[in-house]
Amino acid sequence: MNGDTHEVSGPLTVSELLAQLQIDARRVAVEHNLVVLKREAYDRTTVREGDEVEIVNFVGGGLGIRDWGLGIRD
Amino acid sequence: MDLFTIADKTFSSRLIVGTGKYSSPAIMVQAHDASGAEMITVAVRRVNISDRSKESLLDYIDTSKYFLLPNTAGCYTADEAVRTARLGREAGLSNWVKLEVIGDEKTLFPDNEQLVAATRILVREDFVVLPYTTDDPVVCRKLEDAGAAAIMPLGAPIGSGLGIQNVNNLRIIREFARVPLIVDAGVGTASDAALAMELGADAVLMNTAIAGAQDPVAMAEAMKLAVRAGRLAFLSGRIPRKRYASASSPVEGLVGR
Repeated sequence: MNGDTHEVSGPLTVSELLAQLQIDARRVAVEHNLVVLKREAYDRTTVREGDEVEIVNFVGGGLGIRDWGLGIRD
Repeated sequence: MDLFTIADKTFSSRLIVGTGKYSSPAIMVQAHDASGAEMITVAVRRVNISDRSKESLLDYIDTSKYFLLPNTAGCYTADEAVRTARLGREAGLSNWVKLEVIGDEKTLFPDNEQLVAATRILVREDFVVLPYTTDDPVVCRKLEDAGAAAIMPLGAPIGSGLGIQNVNNLRIIREFARVPLIVDAGVGTASDAALAMELGADAVLMNTAIAGAQDPVAMAEAMKLAVRAGRLAFLSGRIPRKRYASASSPVEGLVGR
C-alpha cells in the first residue's frame, strides 16, 4: 500500500480498509492493482494478499514538485 | 464583462494560482482571496498512512468558491501522469487536469514527447487537458491537435522568477493558437504577469511568485492588478514602437516664434 508492505486482517473491501485506516473516503482516491476505483466500487472491491493499493489525496502544490511521486519508479 | 472560457467553464479572473510553498495555510487562504483567482491548482500525493495528521488541504479551500484543478506535478512519464490524472479525477470529481510530465530534474522542463502522448490518452478518456509545455510553437500545435483544451507554455523555468524569456515565441504561439493560451511558470513579479497578458495570453498561472514573496498576500493583489492591467492594455491596442520622438503638444502658437 502506497509503496510499502502493510498488513491487514484478512481480505477486506476498500471501504473497510479506509475505515480501518481512519481515512475519510470523501477526501481520497484509490487505485487498486493499477485501476482507479470509482467511489461506488469501494464496497464491492476486495483487497487481497499481494494486491497493490495507492491511496492519494490533494496536497499543496503548484508546479514541478518532486518530493513524493506515485512511486512508479520506486 | 471580459470573460475567459476553457472547455465548458467560464471565468472572470484570468489569474490561476497554486497551493504550494506557503508558510502557513492561513497565509495561503488570504493570498488566494487577494488574488481574485477562481481556479486553484492542487497536487495529488499519497496519503501518509503511518502519520495521518487530520489536516487536509481541502480543509482550507472553499470548493464552492474555487474550482480545483488537480495537477500531475512531479510525474516523469506519460504513464505516471495518466495514473495521477485518473486519481485526481476521482479525488476531485472533476475531469480537468493540469498535465505536467517533467523531463529534467534541474530545469523542470517538460518532456514534450511524453506530454503529447499523455494528452492523447487523457483526451480519449474525456479529460479536459491543460498541458504545461515549453514555449515551442510546434509542440503547442501538436498539443492542440491532440485535443488539449488550452496550451500552457512556460515563461521561464518553474519557480525561477525570471519572467518571460522568449517574447517572440509567445507572440507566435498567440498568433496560431486556437485554444486558450495560459502562460504557466516563470513569473517573478507583477510586470512579468502584465507582459504575458500584453502579449495576448488569455490567462497566467503562477505559484512561487506569490507564495515565495516576502508578503504573499500583497503580492497576490499585485498579480491580480497586473493581470487585469496587462489584459486591458492588450485589448486597448498599444501604439506602434518608433525610433524617434513625436511631440504630444501642438506645434502651433509657441511663444517667441
